Amino acid sequence: MTTGVRRRMWTVLPLCAAGAVAAIVIAPTVGSTSISLTRAFDTSIPWADNVDAQIFFVARLPRVLAAAVVGATLAASGVVLQALLRNPLATPFTLGVSAGAALGAMIVIAAGLDVGALGVSTVPMASFAGSMGATAIVYWLARSQRRGLSTNVLLLAGVTLNAFFSALIMFVQYLADFTQSFRTLRWLMGDLDVGSYGPLVAAAPFVLLSFAVFAVLPRTLNLLTLGSDVAAARGVDVARAERLAFVSASLATGAAVSLAGPIGFIGIVVPHLVRLLVGADHRVVLPASAFFGAAFLIGCDLVSRTALAPLELPVGIVTAMIGGPFFLWQLVRHS
Amino acid sequence: MRQPRPSRRLVVAGLLACLAGTAVAGWSQPVATSGGGGAQSAPRRIISLVPALTEMLFAIGAGPQVAAVSSYDTYPAEAATRPRVGALLDPDVERVLSLTPDLVAIYGSQSDLRRQLERAAIPVYEYRHAALPDILLTIRDLGRVTGHAAGAEAVAAGIERDLAAVRARVGTRAPLRTLLVFGREPNALRNIYASGGLGFLHDMLVAAGGVNVFADLKQQSVQATTELLLARAPDVILEVREGPAYSSAQVRQAVADWSRLASVPAVKNGRVHVVSGAGLVVPGPRVAGAVARLARALHPGAFTP
Repeated sequence: MTTGVRRRMWTVLPLCAAGAVAAIVIAPTVGSTSISLTRAFDTSIPWADNVDAQIFFVARLPRVLAAAVVGATLAASGVVLQALLRNPLATPFTLGVSAGAALGAMIVIAAGLDVGALGVSTVPMASFAGSMGATAIVYWLARSQRRGLSTNVLLLAGVTLNAFFSALIMFVQYLADFTQSFRTLRWLMGDLDVGSYGPLVAAAPFVLLSFAVFAVLPRTLNLLTLGSDVAAARGVDVARAERLAFVSASLATGAAVSLAGPIGFIGIVVPHLVRLLVGADHRVVLPASAFFGAAFLIGCDLVSRTALAPLELPVGIVTAMIGGPFFLWQLVRHS
Repeated sequence: MRQPRPSRRLVVAGLLACLAGTAVAGWSQPVATSGGGGAQSAPRRIISLVPALTEMLFAIGAGPQVAAVSSYDTYPAEAATRPRVGALLDPDVERVLSLTPDLVAIYGSQSDLRRQLERAAIPVYEYRHAALPDILLTIRDLGRVTGHAAGAEAVAAGIERDLAAVRARVGTRAPLRTLLVFGREPNALRNIYASGGLGFLHDMLVAAGGVNVFADLKQQSVQATTELLLARAPDVILEVREGPAYSSAQVRQAVADWSRLASVPAVKNGRVHVVSGAGLVVPGPRVAGAVARLARALHPGAFTP
């Protein structure tokens, strides 16, 4: 088993990484307007006069990087949560994280509290706070059951909280005035046009911290998918591992949602697709999903930027429209 | 469980409502009246569910006939004294009926409400926001329907006169390629909504001596991405903020937000302007004043003696 996995790690992962890097390099050269790359990188032209450079470095690059971060984060979180909950339908949004984030964003938009600081508006801050609040509630409910985390309670509490928050979101939207309801609705469709590097920098610590935890998880996740008893028998501190997996995945999802809104489908399509292609070992699936998720969202965002150019197609719609049918096709093909 | 259905309707209605609320919706048919059995005498108990129509009714002298208004009516002050009967999404049909109106002014998308009123044989005045000339049409039409033709004519002629005065001042100026922003995330250049090449915000911009940078996009509102803003390179950016007037600190902050797009001529040349206050985006009798404010921001030189 190990030789097979090792071989796959050395063939699949560099391939996925190369794909993600290629996407990051190529995507900023394409867009709704045509720009001259030589002009964009010509430092002899003053910054204020160099439209091509501004389109490349202010409009496109932060956006592509945001897509890479969000795509990688949502895909990796999906892998972690599916293993943790031993449920193939789990997504980064199953445990109420996205509904909490959405509620936070809605309240701030609807109440007109959206003042900003340091180039980051309060909307992402509130959505991050909301996702952490939801995480805390679910965590506290699941922990109060017994010594470890109860994955059943985790799942049920998450799904219930999702429904509860969704009702609150509708309530807030109903009370908000027209323009604000539209803004909240648009927020739910996802948007990667971050417009500067500020939001990326703000999200970076949380994403990096989560990925640091993800890096040590794969072996434990392999054992957890066999059942917590098996994992415990093999010497895994199940309670601690579950806690780590849950908190890091929620933290990463919260940061991703605050950056770009709740972009659906990536957390479920990418992990399953990667599993269909490379097998179930998390040492391959987790990093491969992160790379693939990054490339996938960059691709979807490219469609979103150019399909209706100069207008924009919300990226959440693109991920669902591409991801859904493609996933179903793969499912049929492999079954 | 009938939960999912209302939510979806709310979402769709919210979209429509947004267009209505920002007053940039525009259909080809601005006004249509459908009467309940050809009532000849002027209505004496009018209910208006559209703030722009409420303003018109009070302006043309039909205020005493207005029995109730929508939840969003704040102008004129007298309108706020009337009972409120809901608004675009949530008209309170029971209250409307209990106030025994003989004319109800509704928005074109309120088809459920229209059916209910028709069933009760109550005349309906149906309206949709459209272009600038349609405001004058609607005012004159309302005058005819409510028995205030002379008052309506005076109001409409006044608006025409004021618009002509603006045109006389800015008409000779070189038109400026302008981005008209009516909403965005505060302190960040995200979710920027600007006027496209349709609807009365676009018309107002043109009347104020501007050329809309999004004139080719035939829709009322455009979500402008950073790339699109850089590519269109407007000479002037006008931020219209409906609501309480901005303090000078708020204006400074709003202008500073744009500094990131250094290559845009408007940013380079200090031509980002904030026009804030009430009544700027209401397609009613105050429209000429709003156009004049846009014109002053666009062509300050045309207004100095």
